[in-house]
Amino acid sequence: MRKGVYDQLMAMQASRRQMLKGAAGAAAALATEGPLGLFDTKAFAADSVVAQIMAIPGAGKGSPTDADWQKVGELCLGPTKANVQPGEFKGVEFSFMGLNNQNLHNFLFRGFLTPWEAYTGAKIKWIDLAQADYNARLQQSIATGTVDFDIIEMGCPFEGDMGVKDLLSEMPDWVKKQIDFDDVVDYLKPPVGTWAGKQHRVTIDSDCHTMNIRTDVFADADLGKAWAAAGNKAPWGAPKTWQQVQVVTKFLKGQKFKGKDVFGFLDQPKPWGGFQFYFTASRATAYAKYPGEKNWMFDENMKPLINNPAWVRAIQDIVDSLPFEPADQINADPGTTAFQQFLTGTGSLLEWWGDIGTVARTSDTATIGDALTFDILPGSDDVYNIRKNAWEKLASGPNVAPNMAYLGWGIYVMKTVDADPKRQKAAWSAAAHLGGKDLSMWTSAYPSGFQPYRKSHTNLDLWALAGYDKKYIGSYMDSQSTSYNHPNSAIEPRIPGIFQYYSIAEDELQKTFAGKQTAQQGADNVAAAWEKLTDKLGRENQVKYYRISMGI
Amino acid sequence: MSLGAFETAHEDIAPGLASLGRTVFWLATLVFVGVLAAQISDVLDVVAIGLPNWRPTLYAFALWGVALGVSQVLVLGEVGRQRLFVIPALLFTAAMVIFPTVFGLYIAFTDWNLNAQSGHHFNGLDNLRTLWGDSYFWNALGNMMFYVLTVLAQYFVAFGLALLLNAEIRGRKFFRVAFLLPFMLSPVAVSWMIGKSIMENRFGPAATFARFLGWENPAFFTVPWIARTSIAIMDSWVWIPFIMILLLAGLQALPNEVKEAAKVDGAGPWQSFREITFPLMLPVSLTAIVLRIIFELKLADIVINVTAGGPGGATDTISSFIYREYRDRSNVGYATMIAEVYLVIIIVFVSLLLKLAGERMRKVA
Repeated sequence: MRKGVYDQLMAMQASRRQMLKGAAGAAAALATEGPLGLFDTKAFAADSVVAQIMAIPGAGKGSPTDADWQKVGELCLGPTKANVQPGEFKGVEFSFMGLNNQNLHNFLFRGFLTPWEAYTGAKIKWIDLAQADYNARLQQSIATGTVDFDIIEMGCPFEGDMGVKDLLSEMPDWVKKQIDFDDVVDYLKPPVGTWAGKQHRVTIDSDCHTMNIRTDVFADADLGKAWAAAGNKAPWGAPKTWQQVQVVTKFLKGQKFKGKDVFGFLDQPKPWGGFQFYFTASRATAYAKYPGEKNWMFDENMKPLINNPAWVRAIQDIVDSLPFEPADQINADPGTTAFQQFLTGTGSLLEWWGDIGTVARTSDTATIGDALTFDILPGSDDVYNIRKNAWEKLASGPNVAPNMAYLGWGIYVMKTVDADPKRQKAAWSAAAHLGGKDLSMWTSAYPSGFQPYRKSHTNLDLWALAGYDKKYIGSYMDSQSTSYNHPNSAIEPRIPGIFQYYSIAEDELQKTFAGKQTAQQGADNVAAAWEKLTDKLGRENQVKYYRISMGI
Repeated sequence: MSLGAFETAHEDIAPGLASLGRTVFWLATLVFVGVLAAQISDVLDVVAIGLPNWRPTLYAFALWGVALGVSQVLVLGEVGRQRLFVIPALLFTAAMVIFPTVFGLYIAFTDWNLNAQSGHHFNGLDNLRTLWGDSYFWNALGNMMFYVLTVLAQYFVAFGLALLLNAEIRGRKFFRVAFLLPFMLSPVAVSWMIGKSIMENRFGPAATFARFLGWENPAFFTVPWIARTSIAIMDSWVWIPFIMILLLAGLQALPNEVKEAAKVDGAGPWQSFREITFPLMLPVSLTAIVLRIIFELKLADIVINVTAGGPGGATDTISSFIYREYRDRSNVGYATMIAEVYLVIIIVFVSLLLKLAGERMRKVA
């Protein structure tokens, strides 16, 4: 849970504080309310660990402090104690590299691991990094053989960089049991988190793009009349496919809502250090990701698919849509669209990571209030079959393929600890503590920098223990879990240097969006640049790593 | 005869000390070269020593530096002691400027990409060939020509402001400080304050004013030439005070007698400026323009923050292109080659500029 999301959700609780009269009260409330249909409700004792930690600090008590993190860490030590004797790691010292974004991430890890250190006797040295420094620091460490950390907080896309150098320790079976690995949502299971068949990642987060939709715009009667007057036969409402997104965006140009200009979909054409490409990809997945086919960005021989008709259509959609979006939209990066446009009332459709919708509720600068609903990414009436080189209409209806962009953060142990069994056990014990089931529920509900990633996180009753409104959090979780559990989700290739591929694509696509070349030319240029990069990085290995990462 | 040899003629150095000094120096040199050779052999797998890093060479270099200083004192006496003041600076320059430049040249001729599994290899002129055919490089270089030309406009504005601040106007001291303020701001802050706020197309005051003037849908970063001009304006806003302050200093140093003599001879203000002030200011003007051009050629921060080089490369600069190649793509070899080539271009360009300026100055004189 990101801090902004938490602050906003907590602000909503002021009038609902009576809901939470303590863990026992909330648990009692569960018995009468029941689950929300989509979500599985599991029984838990009022005095269980999860019930206790979800009340720390509790609704309306402000953001958690280091004392709270330590308290939560202490209460979650049970699984560690089952596998480790008191003082077993005395004399062991290792370093942990992670982020310091928003005073979260490593700050929480310190608190969670303080009681773990006291119990086990191990000592941890901390290396804090700003997000902007992370990639350069990591790549330099790997390339120059100067890995000076034993545990790292790392995103899935970097697994290839680490895996090919065989720098990661393999997760022992006892860790899988301790963290209840089966509870992790399916899309974060192997091949994600593994390399060459070895499991390395203790998942602590997840990521996917969903659609954020302005309910007030799509419920407006005047716009509905104008929509019908324009000859549209379908009722006025939020689009479900990219084809509809295009029509709606073009229709809204020039329309007024509450006396102001209103816009439809917001594209993010400006490069963003490789991250912009996730947004172009989210535009493309419904066209390019055929059900049952793992390849959508490259084929199994790493021949780029970005210049096939599916991707070109998605790129052309952006080119076609931009004139109907706000002025200067070509200079908007994802940060701009989310925090300067959508949250302040510009645009009515936005694809983004899962936190935008809830941030909208209470941010000082947000003006859209609660006129917001969430959905999985739009589908497409037809999908491109790369095996037949043809568009197909599925009997099941529009093709939907949520983009699991970035795949979330995880904890990885470096192979440097393997030489000493005591150090190895200590490092994995620390990682397992941070990826523990009870702890994960707390990090999902409170500011941590992490989103829900377990099946058990869909249990709304657990959220209610922290004082959340079940209807609201149900809506939030619905868009997330539908994406997580979708059978046709698009998983990115975790090959070495993947962000180089994304960055090159951003440069070429920007030229296309600016009208300097056609969508096909731009896509062909990206494909050519990707081929060149694959050659430069070593084609044979890149193909091998691609297949490993995609589980082919 | 070297200065050292001349000076030693006046000082008696015990032969034993001088001999000891030479021995210390050559021993330290032997150690340094030996460690360096061992380290290189280890890296090239000629001899497997297993050195974990380059610290041994660094320590050997430090030892050699100390030995050099000691030997200078032992061999040259007082002159050697005087040289101790210079040696640290020379060694520091060698370590921090000369070595990185030479090492950079080596890197520029490799295919080093941090993600390449096979490490880095010498690839001859491949990076140069790539650069020759790289449309992004030539596009950025073309943009740089535009940005450099804007220095002339900046110069004229700065000259006007300098003349104004040199005149007897009310609040002169206040305006001198006020006009310097943009120069005190970080370009990153300017990017956000102006590029992302004042020029924001919905609520930015610049956009509101543009609407007032009849521009229905103002967008400062969508049409290529407007985007490029917008970047140039922001950059000018930051740097005009720099030129202005140099010119103001020049104006204040001008001899009043000449101007007064012209006045007595009946020269009007424009004639006085054209025939006296401007020619006398030429040396300062050329210095200011050359310095400003050097700074302009490094333009990056505003572009990276506001447009990321867009739309479609319209505002890209060589520095922002290098930034993308290195930071986003870990393309160390090629990015270094671009930087080295650009350094050569700048040196040649500035040398030519100085030569032309010198010739012009001689003609005026």
